[in-house]
Amino acid sequence: MDYAKKMNEIIYLDNAATTKPLQEVVDTIKEAQENNYGNPSSLHLLGIQADNLLSNARKLIAESIGANEDQIIFTSGGTESNNLAIKGSTIRKKGKVITTKIEHPSILNTFKSLENNQEIVYLDVNEQGFVDLEQLKKEVDENTIIVSIIHANNEIGTIQLIEEISEIIKQKNPKTLFHIDACQSFTKTDLTIEGIDLVSINSHKIHGPKGIGALFVKNKKLLTQIEQGGHQEFNKRPGTENLPAIAGFAKAVEIAMNEKDKNIQLMKNLQKYFIDKVLNEITNTKLNGPKDRLCNNINITFSFIEGEALLMMLNEKNICVSTGSACSSKVLEASHVILALGKKYEDAHGTIRFSLSKFTTKEELDYTIEQLKEAVKVLRKISHLG
Amino acid sequence: MALKYSDKVMDHFLHPRNLGDIKNADVEVIEGNIQCGDQIQMQLKVNPETKVIEDIKFKSFGCASNIATASAITEIAKDKTIEEAKKIKWKDVSESLGGLPQIKEHCSILAVETLKKAIKEYELK
Repeated sequence: MDYAKKMNEIIYLDNAATTKPLQEVVDTIKEAQENNYGNPSSLHLLGIQADNLLSNARKLIAESIGANEDQIIFTSGGTESNNLAIKGSTIRKKGKVITTKIEHPSILNTFKSLENNQEIVYLDVNEQGFVDLEQLKKEVDENTIIVSIIHANNEIGTIQLIEEISEIIKQKNPKTLFHIDACQSFTKTDLTIEGIDLVSINSHKIHGPKGIGALFVKNKKLLTQIEQGGHQEFNKRPGTENLPAIAGFAKAVEIAMNEKDKNIQLMKNLQKYFIDKVLNEITNTKLNGPKDRLCNNINITFSFIEGEALLMMLNEKNICVSTGSACSSKVLEASHVILALGKKYEDAHGTIRFSLSKFTTKEELDYTIEQLKEAVKVLRKISHLG
Repeated sequence: MALKYSDKVMDHFLHPRNLGDIKNADVEVIEGNIQCGDQIQMQLKVNPETKVIEDIKFKSFGCASNIATASAITEIAKDKTIEEAKKIKWKDVSESLGGLPQIKEHCSILAVETLKKAIKEYELK
């Protein structure tokens, strides 16, 4: 096919790992670097100019999730937002903390770090990745400080029933904080902060710059800073603000919110097209996660072959995908998310995540499917399984 | 940090040597653990007089370097006597491939263990 001839093009299907920054975002960052280099804490005119940029960005991001300006704390990204939310809510307390078995490492490892001080519960999920609500109901008690749940899963795209979860938590204990990690879902599905106390969002998954994110905090009194320093970010996150990145983040949010419905529909159409075609045209393939899922996520097991080998073969054809989670591509263990669904080890080792963006085209997916068919054929010939 | 494979690893991965099955193989073994995500199947055909490995073939379930190391060890072992083949070390395999990323060195260990298991089974026959 014609598309295959354009081999100098890269087909980027790893948008759950990170996305290409928009030109408008790059321009905004450059503009801030060049012309707005003041410190927002300074009292002079350059400081005021920088503070205005900071306030406007904060306002825009707050509005995008229906929050107030003073409820948004800028951080260095999703990982820091998750650390701040969990550690900042539990550091002065002792009790029970609850999360799930399918979290991002920045939550799982943060919880692990609390093991000596808190009672920790990891909730099970069903075969589609939905949190066990009965177990949640049973576990939330008067000592429960916080429940943290990933909104849309980074590997399999399951979107949790946040409203129901919030109701269960607040009914059992109105004082228990509810945190969601919305790094994957932000601007890619509806998000209402009602009933939620803390929300982690980030920039580089929505065509913004890396190294910047935010934490929505409903009640800042309940959050303790975990780093010591200046008064920035309402005394909750010290350090001179990363203003160019914040400006770029706000630009990315502005565009993403303006195009939200259109982009979700576009990705959903491509997602369905790709899933149907792969499952129909390649034998022994299984979709991991639910059919109705985050619009940009596709996760498929190719039986009898190992994911990294398939990834490397697609890489030879300029197609960028990931095995499960990019963060764990250098770790040898099978994906903890796929295993939590109750899948067999060989299935967990044979998963590939294809994640789309608003720039993904049908032609790119057709080319990818052609190359996939070939690579799967070759690798199944090498395999002694099946 | 992405995994960086040498050209030789990629060559063996994309063009594996001695892939498949031997008709009337003297021995067939499987080594490795699916739980860890890599497994190698190996077959040998040994000359009963000279004890030379006249044919060796593999199949495998694993990552690019699993496939490459299995392929490489078949090339190294072929036409060697059983006694010579016993002396093959994992470093020989990884060096023949121009080195492996540290996290993937265990692949060359699995390749050697598979060959050793095959030789042991042959000797027990």
